[in-house]
This record gives sequence, structure tokens and C-alpha cells, in this order.
Amino acid sequence: MESTGDRMRRALLWAWALAVIVFMYLPTVSLLLASSTDSRYFMFPIQRWGFGWWQKTFASLEVHQLFETSLLIALCVTVIAVVIALFGALAFARYEWKGRSLYQKIVLLPIFFPQTVLGLALLLWFNALGFTMSWQTAVFAHLVWIIPVCTLVISIQVYSFDPALEEAAFDLGATRWQVFREVTLPVLFPGIFSGALFAFLLSWGNFPLSLYTTGADTTLPEYLYAKMIAGYTPGVPVLGTVSTLGAALLMLCGYLVIVVLRRRGTAEPDNDQ
Amino acid sequence: MSIFSPGARHALPVMLFLLCGFAAPLLAVIAFSFVPSRTFSLWQPWTLENYAEIFNSSSYISFLWSLGLAAATVVILALICYPVAFGLARVFGKYATLITLLFTLPLFVSENVRIYGWILFFIKKGVLLGTLESLFGYAPESILFTTGLTLLGMVYVYLPFMLFPMTLGVSMVPQQVRDAAFDLGATRWQVFKEVDLPLAMPGIVIGFLLTFVLAVGAIAEAKVLGGQRIIPIAHDIEIAFTYAQNWPLGAALSVLLMLVVGTFVLIVLRRFDLDSILGRR
Repeated sequence: MESTGDRMRRALLWAWALAVIVFMYLPTVSLLLASSTDSRYFMFPIQRWGFGWWQKTFASLEVHQLFETSLLIALCVTVIAVVIALFGALAFARYEWKGRSLYQKIVLLPIFFPQTVLGLALLLWFNALGFTMSWQTAVFAHLVWIIPVCTLVISIQVYSFDPALEEAAFDLGATRWQVFREVTLPVLFPGIFSGALFAFLLSWGNFPLSLYTTGADTTLPEYLYAKMIAGYTPGVPVLGTVSTLGAALLMLCGYLVIVVLRRRGTAEPDNDQ
Repeated sequence: MSIFSPGARHALPVMLFLLCGFAAPLLAVIAFSFVPSRTFSLWQPWTLENYAEIFNSSSYISFLWSLGLAAATVVILALICYPVAFGLARVFGKYATLITLLFTLPLFVSENVRIYGWILFFIKKGVLLGTLESLFGYAPESILFTTGLTLLGMVYVYLPFMLFPMTLGVSMVPQQVRDAAFDLGATRWQVFKEVDLPLAMPGIVIGFLLTFVLAVGAIAEAKVLGGQRIIPIAHDIEIAFTYAQNWPLGAALSVLLMLVVGTFVLIVLRRFDLDSILGRR
């Protein structure tokens, strides 16, 4: 039934979208190419392919230390952000209350804020309070930006949550805690899971907030930045590629988990309709 | 029971956290902008000299560069993203999720790593010039470290921030309304102008706002890709805080940036009902 004009327009849209995707991945592909050469300096086309720099980078103790610090920060951020953001999301989308529309806007403010300035403001604030910068202050700094993002991500799930489910459980004599554990948490789980995934990945890749608030505990993005302004180091493309592949893998796993959860959710008869 | 409504009670942890993690640091910055230059304590006679210094120096040039580049980024991204957003909402069907994932992934890789990838792409003997040279024997100058490349970096980094709100906006336009307009004899252009654009506006404007605000605060693109040919305002702020060790001046610059950004955010957000954008049906 489609006219030739329509088919043409669809093809153009597809071509445009694919072109934009190619544009988005040009730097990533360049990193991958640069990491798989054994020469000291990057030259394209590549003369000597090899994975020597991968081995050297992975053998480095310093890199292990960076991974540990980044992982520690990201895990702490994920746990704290998800707990606070879950309640934040319920206030955002589940309850009708007087201050809600103001609250919804306040929560967005840190997302709409230049992160470099936020990082420096936190540095100044910690300093005024007499804290020494360390990975703990970095966790706090990441949370300022990640709790709002996480609240938004979970809210999207909360919007499709039917409050009648909770009320029915109350009517059947469940306690507040039972309702939360047996009804609210399981129904919202896909949203909570995506929130956690976002929190982890955003903390893992964050540079501007880490830069001023980690003190002596360096994270991976900070180390990479220090190396890349110091001139060409083959370790940078390797770690950049690892970081990209890691994020992709984690996202893929997360995506599969969410698909499975959603399937199971819709398979239950008491959901939605 | 507590004096708070259930909603307020659930909002409490977030609000308390933002009070001491967001509001308090910003107040500290504001307070610091009034203490004498090159000092590190708040307990001194307050002064306006930091603001006077800004208006007597060339910092306004950085402000203009940041605002100009951010505006250019928004315009370019609007043109790039609208067709993609339209495709994601209407045409790509079951592939839309996959394409969305592809656009989400770069968000999770540190910004400076991806910018570094552009260096490897554009550098002399890099992916682009190396290929041109070996295939066609053509060796032009590298466009690395120019203002244009700063702009390219910003367009690249902030693309998802325009695309996602825009897609949300475009998918809010009911297909029946578009069909009705076509049935009544509207042309494609008329449907775009009179139906698509107005109804998708909330999402589009949020995208504009988000990219503009983030781009005004951008720093790494000009530093890494632009070779510091231009100095954006966030860079001035960073220099004042770090190399110059002049926290009060950096704080005053931050306050001015916060005023610019805050005004935009408040004006735009006041006009929107977030429930309708995020999906309460």
C-alpha cells in the first residue's frame, strides 16, 4: 500500500540514522585501531598489528589500582543512589502531594548543571567543612548528579505502576513493610535495575566530578586524561577500548535481564489489565 | 503518623541529600565570590572586587564564546537529531530499541576518552588522513586544533542529550491527529509545521535546554580538540580555581555562569508539566 515516495522517505530516514550512528562510533573505532598496533606511535594504515600494548597495560599494577578505585566508587554510588532514588521516584510519580511539581523541578536542577562547576563547588564546600578529598568525597560528588538521573529513570517505571495493587494488599491485611517488599519492589524491579545500571555506568565513566573530589585516589578517567595530555601513550587507546567494551558488555547483559523481567512481568495475569 | 504527606516523606531523603550536596555547595560558591581576592577563608569583610575584576578583564570574551558555541551546538543538533527522533518514534519499529541502545552506550564512556578518539581520527597520519594519503596520495593539513573541531566535539558529546528528549517529544504526537491532518488535505510541510512541531514541543524544548546548558559549561572539547584556540568560560573558572589559586574570582565567575544557566532553566521548566512528558497517561 506504500507509495514510492513513502518508501523513499523511509530509506532516507534509515540512511540518515545510520550515518549519525557511524559518526557516533568513529572515535571509538579509532581507539580500537590505535590499541591494536605494536608500534610506539600511532600511524594509519597500521604497519604492525599486535596486542603487545594490551598485555603491557593489563600487567601494570597501577592500572589494577585504578580499576579497584573506580569500581569501589561506582559500587558505593550504585547502592546509595538506588535506595535514595527509589523513594525519590515514588515521590516523583506515585504520590499526589502538595509540593510535588516544585520537587520534580528541583530534582532536575543538578542534571541541568555544568558538571565542572559542580565539581569545583563541591571541592570548595568540602574544603570549608574541613574534609580531605578521597574516594569517599568522590562518592558523595557522584551522587549529587547520579541520584537525580537515577530518580528519573526509576520514575518512568513508577508512572506505569498501579497504586491499586498496594491498596489491595493493605485491604488483605498486609503490613506496610510486607506491601513494600511483596508488591512495590517486585513490580518496580525492572526500573530499579535500569536505575542501578545507569548509576554504575555513569559513575564509572565520570570525569568532571572525580577530577576535583578524589584527592589522592585516582580513577580511571582521571588517569586517562593525565596520560592523554602528556603526549601519545599507547596505553590510553587500550584502556579507552577496554572501558568502552566493558560498558557495552554490561549494558547488553543489563538489557537482556530487563527483557526477561518484562516478559515475566507481562506473563503474570494480574499485571496491568 | 508523621506530619508529612506520604509524598513528602518519600521525597525527604533526596531533598536532604540535595540540600547538603547541591544547595549548600552553591551557597558556599556564592559566599566565596564576595571575599577578598586570593584568600581562602569566608570570615573576612565582604567585597565586590571580584565582580569588578571580571567586568574590567577579558572574561566576558570567554562568556561570549561559550554562549555562541552552545547556541551553534543547539542549532546543529536540532537539525541532525530531528530526523533520527522521527525515525525512532515512527519508522524504525522494533529496531528502535537497538538504535536507542547504540546511542546510549557512548554516554557511559568517559567523555575525554571519546574526545581522544577524535584526535586519533583527525591527527596527521591518523585514521582519516592516513587513509586518504595511502589510498589517494592526498595529504591535506589536519583540521585538529581549530574552533570548528571544538564545535564538532560539542555536537558529538551532547548528541544523546538532544536526541532522547526529542524522541520523547515526537512520540507524544498522536498518529490519529497526523492522519486527520493528511485526510483534510494538509501537505507534509503543513503537518510538520502545524501538528508535529507544536505537539512535540515539550520534548524538543527540553532537548534544546539540556544541550544548551551542558554546552555552556563545556570545557574538554576546547581544551583537547580545539588546542585552546578559544577559552570557554568553564576553562576560565577552572584556571582561577587551580593554577591561579584565586578561589574568590573563580567563585564569582561561577556565580555569573550559574545566573545565565539558572535563568534559562527556570524560564523553560516553569512552562512544562513533567507528568505529561514522562508518561502519566
